[in-house]
Amino acid sequence: MADTIILEVARFSPERGLAITFQTFEVPLRSDWMVLDALNYIKDNIDGSLTFRWSCRMGICGSCGMMVNGVPKLTCESLISQFAPGPVRIEPLEHFPIVKDLVIDMDVFLEKLQKVRPWIVRKDERLPAREFLQTPAQLDTFHQYSLCINCMLCYAACPVFGLDPQFVGPAALALAERYNLDSRDQGASERTDALSQHDGIWDCTVVGECSTVCPKGVDPSLAIQQYKLTATKEWFKTWLLPWGNK
Amino acid sequence: MPQYRQFQPETYRPEMRAYWYFDRWPYLKFMLREASSVFVAWFAVVILLQLKALISGPSAFESFQRFMATPAVLVLNVVAFVFVCFHAITWFVLVPRVMARQVLQRPTPDLMSAAPNFGIWLLTSVIVALFALRII
Repeated sequence: MADTIILEVARFSPERGLAITFQTFEVPLRSDWMVLDALNYIKDNIDGSLTFRWSCRMGICGSCGMMVNGVPKLTCESLISQFAPGPVRIEPLEHFPIVKDLVIDMDVFLEKLQKVRPWIVRKDERLPAREFLQTPAQLDTFHQYSLCINCMLCYAACPVFGLDPQFVGPAALALAERYNLDSRDQGASERTDALSQHDGIWDCTVVGECSTVCPKGVDPSLAIQQYKLTATKEWFKTWLLPWGNK
Repeated sequence: MPQYRQFQPETYRPEMRAYWYFDRWPYLKFMLREASSVFVAWFAVVILLQLKALISGPSAFESFQRFMATPAVLVLNVVAFVFVCFHAITWFVLVPRVMARQVLQRPTPDLMSAAPNFGIWLLTSVIVALFALRII
């Protein structure tokens, strides 16, 4: 194995014009280094102005998502050695507005997330006298969706979101389904307006890459297709039983 | 828009390339899956033309058969057949994703939803082949 590897890192600064340029860095190639370690090496030793987000370094915080050779990845979980002999191209997550270098503006995502009300909604908002009980089987129905760490890799992998920025997107829809399936939640009808519309589930064309790139094994594509089924059944119900409780 | 944004630096959202689906194989596969519907439509048109020729009489059916035997149509049909198979396989593989996932309170494995479709496809093909080859 060579001692070093070349990184082609995207640079962007609004003061220098609205275009991305690539800067090449040569960094040590160590078998135990992640891509994030290589970026930190650049920041500490070569160019302190390189800007990127990171925090936990163990795939929990979801901050360090970037495009590595064109594929969205958590850089703290991607061994640099797997890309040897290089060069490795590092870019900010696709489809998001770029603030500086590898930092994207995540407000776009946070606004979508808020729209789907990803929290337990109860009709009676008073605090219950005791905790809500849930069986393991009830937990299993939504557990995988609750593992989402909001890293936004699924948005970077989704061409629908790239072509239509209004699309609510994989993570927000998966989290909405997570709460819809939760036996403690009573807010499914409040989420319908945000979910069952053209910019919601019906915009998804089942490319499926959101589920492939998810570092936590969440399957947003499945959540969306399952909700399409639910929404269709609900629509039929309102059509067949218009007097029913909508 | 929140007030604090007016003091933030300008962001930049690069446009997607028109040929984005050539960037990675999964995207190209997706586009091919979508495009395969054109070939499914072509086969539907072929069946309609065949029925029209059948109704019109023996001479019309013979000219239809001559049209189907031309090299251009043969090549088109081979390509269309590959795409229709691709369409069917990808469609059946997606079935478990849009079906109810539980039977009698137990989650169903993906194979349970997809396999019957493949089975019925195979059975239908065998029956059609038996008729076409005049075995029955």
